[in-house]
Order: sequence, then C-alpha cells, then structure tokens
Amino acid sequence: MGKNSLFSKKNKSLLTDPLDDNNPVTVQVLGICSALAITVQLKPAVVMALSVIFVMCVANVVVSLMRKFIPSRIRIIVQLVVIASLVIIVDEVLKAYVYDVSKELSVFVGLIITNCIIMGRLEAFALANSPWESFLDGLGNAFGYGWILIAVAFFRELLGAGTLYGYPVLEKLGVYELGYENNGMMILPPMALVTVGVIIWIQRMRNQKLIETN
Amino acid sequence: MNVNKNSYTIGFACVMVVFVAALLASMSIQLTPLQDRNIELEKKQNILQSVGVFVDRDESEKYYSQFIKEELVVDNNGNILPGSAFDIDLGDELKKDIKNQNLPLYISILEDSSECYIIPLRGKGLWGPIWGYIALKEDINTVFGAVFAHKSETPGLGAEINQSFFQEPFRDKLIFNENNEFVSITVKKGGATEGSMHEVDGISGGTITSDGVTDMIKERVGRYIPYLEQNKAVEKDSIIITNLISQVNG
Repeated sequence: MGKNSLFSKKNKSLLTDPLDDNNPVTVQVLGICSALAITVQLKPAVVMALSVIFVMCVANVVVSLMRKFIPSRIRIIVQLVVIASLVIIVDEVLKAYVYDVSKELSVFVGLIITNCIIMGRLEAFALANSPWESFLDGLGNAFGYGWILIAVAFFRELLGAGTLYGYPVLEKLGVYELGYENNGMMILPPMALVTVGVIIWIQRMRNQKLIETN
Repeated sequence: MNVNKNSYTIGFACVMVVFVAALLASMSIQLTPLQDRNIELEKKQNILQSVGVFVDRDESEKYYSQFIKEELVVDNNGNILPGSAFDIDLGDELKKDIKNQNLPLYISILEDSSECYIIPLRGKGLWGPIWGYIALKEDINTVFGAVFAHKSETPGLGAEINQSFFQEPFRDKLIFNENNEFVSITVKKGGATEGSMHEVDGISGGTITSDGVTDMIKERVGRYIPYLEQNKAVEKDSIIITNLISQVNG
C-alpha cells in the first residue's frame, strides 16, 4: 500500500477501469469461450460470475503474497496450481455444505480454471503488486467480466426463451398473443458473439477513446 | 535470496506440490462423509420423486422409509438375488457383462395402497452420464412417473431433462404395445406423434441427450422384462384364482 490510502484515486481506478475502459471481455477480448458457453440463461451466468469473483480475488491475493518467492521460470505453473487448487476447494466445500448450489454450478466450476482472464490478471498484475491492490484488481476485473456475462445472458434468455431467471416474462406480458415468437437462434452460441459484438459497438460509440486508429 | 537458482526452483516446486497435495487430500478426507450423505439423501429424494412424492432433501429419509417397501436385487433372468437395491452402484454394474449384473429394483406402496415398481436408469448423454428413475404402475405397463438427472449436459439444452416440463409427459405412457411387446418410450425429435402412447417430446437442440434418454430407458427397463413378465403372470394367475374362488363360492 505504501503511501497510498486504501481507496486512493489509483486504487479506485483499479476497481473501475475494468468495468468500462479496460474491460476484460469487450476491450481485451478475453474469456470469450465462457461468455459463449454459459450465457444461454441468466442463472448460470450469475452463478459463474459469482464464482469467478471469488476465485479471482483469492488467487490474486495469494499470488501477490507469494510474489517475492515465486521462481520466474515456473511462475505460470505456480499460478495454475493456485487457481486449480482454489477451484477444487470451492467445489469440494460446495458439495459438502451447499449441495444444491454445487449441482447448479456443475461443469462451470471446472471451467473457471480455463478462464484466461484469471491467469492474465495473475501474470500481469498480482505478480508485481501488493495484496490489497491485487485484491481490488481482481474484484474489478471479475466484475467487468461478470456484468458482460449477465448482460449477454439477459438478452439471450429474454429473446431466445422469453424468460428471465426462469420466469416467463414475455408470457406474462402477453406479447405472444400479439404474434411475437421466440428467436431460437439466440440460444445458439453464435448469437452470444453477436451480442458481445453489439455491446462492444455501443461501448465504443459512447467511449470514443477506445477506437483504435491506424 | 536468489529465487531463480535451479536448486531453489526445484525446491519450491517440491514444497508447493507436497503442500497442495496435503491440503487437498485432507480437505477431501474431511468432507467426504458430508458429501456422501448428501448424495445418499438425494438418491432417496429422486426415488421418491419418481412416485410423485416431492420432499426436501433433508426430509427424504423419513418419507423414504414410509413409501419404499422393498429394495430388491434381481438378475437378468428374473430371479431375486440377496442384497439391497440401495447399496448397488449402477455405474459399476453397467461395466459388467449383463449376465453378471445385479439389477436394483424398488417397490413402493403408494397412498392408495397400490404398488409401484421403480427401476433405476443410467445411460450416456452428450457429455457424460445421465441417470434417473422410472416408476411403473401395478399393471407393469403404465408409467407412473419418471425423473432424470445428468452430470454435465449443456445448460438450456440437454440439461433440461431434469426439468418437470420434460419429465411430466412420461406419466401414463405405456412401455408395452397392444401385442404385449416391449417397445419402451421414445423421446422424439421434433415432437411426439399426436396421441402416441409410447412417445414424448424431445428437447430442441438437445437431441443427443434426448436420444440418450431413449436408449437408457430401453436398455435398462428391457433388462427387467423377465422379472416383470413373471410378476405379470403371477398377477394374471391370482386374478384367475380369485375369479375361480368367487365362482365356487357363488
């Protein structure tokens, strides 16, 4: 922390930058695979976002605490071991104490290990910064990833299945009687990419400094 | 301290591996009893669901002993073997040759005191195992209810087999046709034929999982046919005998 206070301007930007200007999904284009896989419905997307928030924060802090002892030649292995162990611990604890949540997560727990955003932050940030800053960075990036995931899932579930969190919104609103039909294509993976693309488009319309110039 | 020396790197790796292994192993030992208990309760809960008894997982123990009267083990020829159905791991049994397989079968007495035969199912989905229970009414033909679960089917597609909209249509379907041949129940892509007693709607985008359910029911229930036929015969006999007795008495 040094001379910085807990929530100095720099620390705040660690938390807020990944939400917009430096979003891991829409700007760095990382973690796309999971954004495709689990955004068919809102519920798994929310659960995945929460799990990533936990794993990312803890992994960032652990690696940051060990940063002075990690041999640089095997640092990637060490990072993977930290992430994988955390994921297994989370999985085991969930299975023992909150079995229903664990069933809900099923394959996603394992998928967290493959999320490149987590390793990206360990490698790019936690290895060089103090635990508190790393924690904020992890939190910010996980939220940056999470809100995109939830936004994509929101539109895919609403337009593809007509429900939100399993609740039949469109049916209750009575739009089917007006001749509306669900768009089955929204459920298919390519539409996740298109949805992410639309989000990137809107983001760059609002935030001109993100537009690359050649 | 030079953290980039070879000896340090190797030492670090060794310590890390031993530490992580010890941590995970001790966690696993600590938590396994709790996890097994959850799985056991869930199994009871699922068995109860197939006969239309929906209870919380924590309460399943109590209701299980109330509704499930017999836990039989039968073989492929219809003989009853010693042992309890509940202790059988179907995953292990499926690896054996069919002649050596122990087939678990639960018999439930419902509130209207009719019997239900509950057959545990297990098969292959798209990504991993799928399983479930199918309950047959006393006539050993009509489905009383069915539940399905899966390990890792695609969310929103194949994973929907554990939802009631998929399981509900199985109710009152028949596993034998008019000629008394075993036809099982087919999960049909594109929707069941109108009025069919042997088909239910498949899940759009979940065809491989749906087909997995079809195969699983056909394969698993098929194994019990010798035992079920015997019971059917016994039932017919007992009807004839009661009729005879009433005639004699009359």
